[in-house]
Amino acid sequence: MTEEFKTSKPIYSQIADRIIQQFVRGEIRPGEKLPSVREMAIQSGVNPNTIQRTYGELERMGVVESRRGQGTFMTEQIEMRNQLRADIQRDIVAAFIENMRGIGLEDREIAYAVEQFLVKREEDK
Amino acid sequence: MIELRGVTKEYGKRKALDDIDITFQKGKVYGILGPNGSGKSTMMKLIAGLVFPTKGKIYVNNKQVNRYIAEETAYLASEGMLYPGLTVAQMIDFFSSQYKDFSVEKANELLSFLSLDASQKTGKLSKGQQGRLKLLLVLSREAPVILLDEPFLGLDPMVRETIVKGLVSFIDFGEQTVIIATHEITEIEPVLEEAIILSEGKVQNYCQVEELREEKGLSVLQWLKSSYKEGTGR
Repeated sequence: MTEEFKTSKPIYSQIADRIIQQFVRGEIRPGEKLPSVREMAIQSGVNPNTIQRTYGELERMGVVESRRGQGTFMTEQIEMRNQLRADIQRDIVAAFIENMRGIGLEDREIAYAVEQFLVKREEDK
Repeated sequence: MIELRGVTKEYGKRKALDDIDITFQKGKVYGILGPNGSGKSTMMKLIAGLVFPTKGKIYVNNKQVNRYIAEETAYLASEGMLYPGLTVAQMIDFFSSQYKDFSVEKANELLSFLSLDASQKTGKLSKGQQGRLKLLLVLSREAPVILLDEPFLGLDPMVRETIVKGLVSFIDFGEQTVIIATHEITEIEPVLEEAIILSEGKVQNYCQVEELREEKGLSVLQWLKSSYKEGTGR
């Protein structure tokens, strides 16, 4: 299926986010070859220039490496994966905190709510 | 490159296009959007050399458009185009006999990509199959300009997606200039680089698709709706 895209962000960076998430989840292994620009464009139903930009951006970040005549490969550096995981974690927490503050909770109450939720879930097991 | 310079097209007293100036750059993918009667099809036919401007000039690759421009423009018509008595294979032979740039090899690849049966009569094809066959005929040509007038009209979401994948697979991006006139934006939006809104024969708005998201946080569909509201003062 062609993927759906959010309106708030350029498509090239949404595809970059997806590749990073697949890497962090272990769905793409370190050093694995990524689909060619055209294959990726067909899979995602987007303009190949968009994928070119995605790969360029990921290369600039050091997440992928392009090897002349061979294609684009995921980085082999495990530290990179840990760093990306930390980045994603921070983004998720920030969004969560913003939502909780939005409904009027103090930071103390937010931390308490998280603790209670985890304790409750542990008990339910 | 395609240039429209001061182009007006009148049908009787009605102005279908009103003093249009636009340049389409080589190798880019454009969407022409706008409500029914805004001039989209007229613009496509003018570039294809099927109708001629009342005023102004049109150039495709520096040649003023006349009926021979069909050698350089592959045109998907929103209606007609197929002969019901011919089979798919005969339709392909016919196109191949009319256009020097028609690649039978590409046509065969597209036959399997679009899952069409060459022995079927075109008159017996479903609407979705007809839509796919029209796309096959146009994309089999190695023409510098591809004009698609309502390629999604009346097609279900699965066929629309197949058509988008066909475009991404078979267009020579950066070389072929592609202009798509459409109402159905959702599926095609990620393929477009630039979009133009026509309203009552004039260019009402213009955008670069990725910049629109980056700077305004809008999809092309949202932008079209908001432009239309502004335009009508609602």
